[in-house]
Amino acid sequence: MEIKASLNSIYKPSEDVVTRDIQGEFIIVPITSGIGDLEGEIFSLNKHGRAIWDKLDGKKTIKDIAKELSLDFDGAPEDIEKDVLGLTQELLKKKMLVEAGKK
Amino acid sequence: MTYIKKEKTIEKAGLWMKSRPLLVRLDMELTERCNNNCIHCCINLPAEDSETRKKELSTDEIKRILKEAVSLQCISARFTGGEPLLREDFQDLYVYARKLGLKVLIFTNATLITPALVDLFSRIPPLERIEVTVYGMKKSSYEAVTRVGGSFEAGWRGINLLLENKIPFVVKGALLPCNKDEIDDFEKWAAALPWMHELPSYSMFFDLRCRRDDYRKNELIKSLRFSPQEALKFLIRKKNEHLKKMKEFCSKFMRPCGDRLFSCGSGHGGCVDAYGYFQPCMMLRHPDTVYNLKTGSLKDALTNFFPRLREMKAANPDYLNRCAKCFLKGLCEQCPAKSWMEHGTLDTPVAYFCKIAHTQARFLGLIKEGEKAWEVKNWRERIEDFTKEKAVVS
Ligand code: SF4
Ligand code: SF4
Repeated sequence: MEIKASLNSIYKPSEDVVTRDIQGEFIIVPITSGIGDLEGEIFSLNKHGRAIWDKLDGKKTIKDIAKELSLDFDGAPEDIEKDVLGLTQELLKKKMLVEAGKK
Repeated sequence: MTYIKKEKTIEKAGLWMKSRPLLVRLDMELTERCNNNCIHCCINLPAEDSETRKKELSTDEIKRILKEAVSLQCISARFTGGEPLLREDFQDLYVYARKLGLKVLIFTNATLITPALVDLFSRIPPLERIEVTVYGMKKSSYEAVTRVGGSFEAGWRGINLLLENKIPFVVKGALLPCNKDEIDDFEKWAAALPWMHELPSYSMFFDLRCRRDDYRKNELIKSLRFSPQEALKFLIRKKNEHLKKMKEFCSKFMRPCGDRLFSCGSGHGGCVDAYGYFQPCMMLRHPDTVYNLKTGSLKDALTNFFPRLREMKAANPDYLNRCAKCFLKGLCEQCPAKSWMEHGTLDTPVAYFCKIAHTQARFLGLIKEGEKAWEVKNWRERIEDFTKEKAVVS
């Protein structure tokens, strides 16, 4: 069953991944099996993705994160919210994030 | 304005797009000991050699090196040996490396693969395909190579455990007189493995003992080497594929390299031996070219010591008159490590590799009968003619 990301939920990085900064490239290395789509893959996030990742700290809801990001980035708040939700959904599907609560 | 780039927010990491880390891959030779005793082996010491075991790096020393490698942005560690699975702390080291965010590539003979290890690889995948060397398809040929009773069953049990548990691995061969007639069977079997996308690679131009520790073993290794003609026959058994590969290779890598000893990429990464010496390449153990990590750091070796090595020049007149001017450099396996293993120096041409390179070059039409490659002046033209040749008839 696919878990749906929701605006009022709080997420944090899964303990089954390690993140690394390699020459300015932000990468996510799976530790346990079943992360990502294919075995043996590592992933990278672009700088916008990374800005979101850094805020997925197990304390803030998606809504809060989007609000914070709209102070730093141009773009309509509803677009930013949509993007944060979209990336969270993708990361959840890849089991790189876990839910840490709701508000 | 789009907030997250439209293409892909998560993409398969195309690393070093901007620049290359100081250390991309670290080779860790966890032990020189092995539970096999292969006739062609350039490194193995007895598995039960307790004196050697005592000299090996401790678990904590290896972890410290791995941690430093990660701080230098290393992505992948290769655990090799001897037989790396012989170390009783293998699982601990493996998990540690993976939890640091390293991919781990394991070179093994597979005889020590156990259900517990396969379970570990299922839970925490290495993220690199394990590389298994297969010494024969039959017990008689396999054990004629390994010289250990029961190794055939153990090796194949290990391979089957990997296969049944879907742990990605590839196989390699060592081409020896006692197994060379089994190549077709081996390749047919290997082609059916889900992770083999190419023909297996083979070692066939066997290196002499890399510690220069055993004259008798060296004589045995020399006797097992293919003659240049036999080697060529093997290399061109899939002629068109071979020619296609060679054209690509020749245009990229063949040229005279002058008096600089290191014309390869060695020293941009390196190999830590079982005792804590960092070598610019896996085979080069000349005492002047290794760096003691017990008193220094990977960073110092990579930024100070190895760059100085890469500037080293050959002094041997024989090398300067031949190899320095020879356009087969690249095709030929001549390098400081081979020179060290064969002659105990860094710059002595190795006659065996010289003959092999000349035989191959004659077949490719790069030199004529009787010609010495180092005397060829119009080598650029010759390489160009060869790489542009169109139809290749098998
Ligand atoms: S299995 Fe590998 S390391 Fe062991 S003796 Fe054979 S070639 Fe050497
Ligand atoms: S072919 Fe001979 S001369 Fe040329 S690089 Fe090799 S060893 Fe040296």
